Amino acid sequence: MTHPAIRFEKVSRHFGDIKAVDAVDLEIKDGEFFSMLGPSGSGKTTCLRMIAGFDRPTAGSIFLYGQEVSTLPPFERDVNTVFQDYALFPHMNVGANVAYGLMIKGVAKEERKKRVDEMLDLVQLRGFADRKPSQLSGGQRQRVALARALINHPKVLLLDEPLGALDLKLRQQMQIELKSIQQRVGITFIFVTHDQEEALTMSDRIAVFNQGKIEQIGTPSDVYERPATSFVAGFVGTSNLIHGASAKRITGEEGTYSVRPEKIRLAYAADSFSPKMIYANGTVRDVIYLGLYTRYLVEIEGGDTLVIIEQNLRSTSMDVLKLRGQSVRLSWEKDHMTKVGG
Amino acid sequence: MANRLSAFFFRNPKLVTLLLLSLPLAYMVVVYLGSLFALLINSFYYLEEFTGLVVKEFTLSTYGQLLKPANLGIFGRTAGMALAVTIMDAIIAFPLAYYIAKFASPRLRTYLYIAVTLPLWSSYIVRVYAWKLILSKEGIVSWFVDLLHLNFALDWVLSLPGIGGSSLSLSPIGMFIAFCYIWLPYMIVPIQTALERVPKSLLEASSDLGATPAQTLRTVILPLAFPGVVAGSIFTFSLTLGDFIVPQSLGNSRFFIGQAVYSYQGTAGNIPLAAAFTMGPIVIMIAYLLIARKLGAFDAL
Amino acid sequence: MHSKPDKASWGLTLGAIGGLLFLHFPMFVIFLYSFTTDEATYSFPLPGFTTKWFGVAMGRQDLWDALMLSLQVASVATLAALVLGTLAAAAVYRSDFFGRDAISFLLVLPIALPGIVTGIALRSAIGSMEIPFSFWTIIIGHATFCVVVVYNNVLARFRRMSGTQIEASMDLGANSFQTFRYVVLPNIGTALLAGGMLAFALSFDEVIVTTFTAGQQSTLPIWIFSQLVRPRDRPVTNVVATIVILITFLPIFFAQKISAESSETEGGSK
Repeated sequence: MTHPAIRFEKVSRHFGDIKAVDAVDLEIKDGEFFSMLGPSGSGKTTCLRMIAGFDRPTAGSIFLYGQEVSTLPPFERDVNTVFQDYALFPHMNVGANVAYGLMIKGVAKEERKKRVDEMLDLVQLRGFADRKPSQLSGGQRQRVALARALINHPKVLLLDEPLGALDLKLRQQMQIELKSIQQRVGITFIFVTHDQEEALTMSDRIAVFNQGKIEQIGTPSDVYERPATSFVAGFVGTSNLIHGASAKRITGEEGTYSVRPEKIRLAYAADSFSPKMIYANGTVRDVIYLGLYTRYLVEIEGGDTLVIIEQNLRSTSMDVLKLRGQSVRLSWEKDHMTKVGG
Repeated sequence: MANRLSAFFFRNPKLVTLLLLSLPLAYMVVVYLGSLFALLINSFYYLEEFTGLVVKEFTLSTYGQLLKPANLGIFGRTAGMALAVTIMDAIIAFPLAYYIAKFASPRLRTYLYIAVTLPLWSSYIVRVYAWKLILSKEGIVSWFVDLLHLNFALDWVLSLPGIGGSSLSLSPIGMFIAFCYIWLPYMIVPIQTALERVPKSLLEASSDLGATPAQTLRTVILPLAFPGVVAGSIFTFSLTLGDFIVPQSLGNSRFFIGQAVYSYQGTAGNIPLAAAFTMGPIVIMIAYLLIARKLGAFDAL
Repeated sequence: MHSKPDKASWGLTLGAIGGLLFLHFPMFVIFLYSFTTDEATYSFPLPGFTTKWFGVAMGRQDLWDALMLSLQVASVATLAALVLGTLAAAAVYRSDFFGRDAISFLLVLPIALPGIVTGIALRSAIGSMEIPFSFWTIIIGHATFCVVVVYNNVLARFRRMSGTQIEASMDLGANSFQTFRYVVLPNIGTALLAGGMLAFALSFDEVIVTTFTAGQQSTLPIWIFSQLVRPRDRPVTNVVATIVILITFLPIFFAQKISAESSETEGGSK
């Protein structure tokens, strides 16, 4: 297909003086799992609501497979949504909830029943058709909401923080399942979340939102390893930002640089020198022993404090805690450090 | 067709709200507020004594008539009754409201709530009638007083000027009891609502800080229940002010505002004077509502 | 700790029981008196028990007429209140316009102001337009104070209903009308039932406004009122009062139970 699934052209949405979405350009490809990641109030949910049709842009245009849809009401768009609170109809059983879209379209009863069963199989809820939503667990409601949206074979499926209400274990399980369902049905998924791990796990591409604008669009590895701005570096994973005097000392240049904590190696004494590496001297200010790994806070020359994470492959808590107050030498590969804007 | 109309509605949410609102608003504004306004206008007309016809000329003379001692007496008597009923209802309502809000189990609470609100909706006239039975000369109260050999006390109370009468059912005391009874639910519900908002930890904190239960009641619970009392008093006060059924059924021949309005507009055909009389309760109520809003009582409604 | 916070003191319990008795004892008295053999006075203890007054009341055409009129008035007024109250609740729920407080205030005014104000205002307005007092003028009066009952019930239910349900329905292809039929109506159904039953009870018993807006007709409460002022048929009045209590008791009880339960289940699922 030549057209992208979704295209934003200078889309803005203002609420009074607040620019919730500020002249955003965006293209989402057919069949991809696309995440909109950002803190609350960053504009990601507003973008989703504009794609669904619950909200309309103040300015700009939205295209769905080449067709302008900016002003179409939700019931005239071939797009379905999985809501944050699932929004299941409490007065209908699971089967009627899932069949709702088909019932509205006037699909015959037997056909409806057949497709509901297929859908319930897909989300592993076979035999639940007669239950009421109130009799289901959070995870099961989530699956019903997914089935109810997918049964209509929408061109695009929107998911508004659908895993937010689940506990950690269930959330991780659902992440994997969602991804596999998406690959099976081949529908474009647009997934809104504030959880960076979730976005990194499932997405083909991620857009990082901040204050109504997109800071970076890229694959998970792009966004993680080469953050375009200091906001992205800070929001996606934890990151060390080196600037000012420290940056000048290490690289010889002004600017802001980002290094991931797990990329930094900690040496007690000067080891061998390699031109591919970057070195910095510092003092260990704090040691936090976390079982699987240890987190060190090291103040480097120039004043910045870096976080370093090392797995406790051979060391015990006694070993690592001894390091507090010691002088150390840090090193990381040049490739692992990115210059960031903003 | 339905889709196109829906799409149009969806794009014009304000228009839809306006459409939804138009019918109820038109009804309430035209019929209800319109009538109230017409009533206000009427109070500035006057009744020509000889012809018995209403003269539609602006005058304040009708209001002037309100200032006659007899009419001032009606206002004073009615307001005094409304005040007494409000205070008594607050006293009777408090223990029940407090119990429901803070001590009843959830299940019991539901049933107690229904028990309190049931009379609120039901059979106003029948409930007035009940007191006619209970308070009548040969009725239950007399029987009970007789049983306790307290006839002399009842006779003494009934002989008091101003509140006494030939029997309980024909005296201001009888009216007072019936009023208290009829408006009581209006007082219980807001007090209960106000008390339910008081977190239990607050009471525990008070006793933790060394307050005796009586001190907690006085320094914590009563002040917090007060907005509820004010909210409830809006109803008890207002409804007593305007009622004519109870005075007509249980009182003596001395008029209350409601009766005066009823008789002026009815037999006398003096709508301007009746209208001027109702402005009394309306003004008192509006002032009351404004004060109550300042005190934050609306939150407890 | 000076006292267990969960246990009411005996004084409070006694006060609460006393309040409850005061609220319900008089209804019981009426019930009792409908079986008295005393025709002329309200003597107590009852001189004897009989059920004959129910039969006498059944045979009275004026009572049947009054009862039928009351039922018709209450039904039509309830219907009007359902339509007007639901429309107003929907309008107030769906938007944050500045006048929403004013609307609630306007709707509650007819029950907050003394009934006599509404009554005389409507009477003089209807009279000055030279509309004859009839069945319909009674309805006009009753609708003013019944609307708020439906409005409050429906608005409360709207506020408890998850707003995304409506969005979900439209998202799944349903237009506004389909969404109303399949999602909104089932959600507010019991609130309509509860509000409708309360409005019915309120209208069925109303006497003050009715005395002003009725012409020569007599509703059941007006019939009772006339007996209150000039008692002629004491035993029959007792029976009629009992019947009024019974007719209004069930709808009110179920309406209250519906509201109480719907707020409970909501609280439980949170």
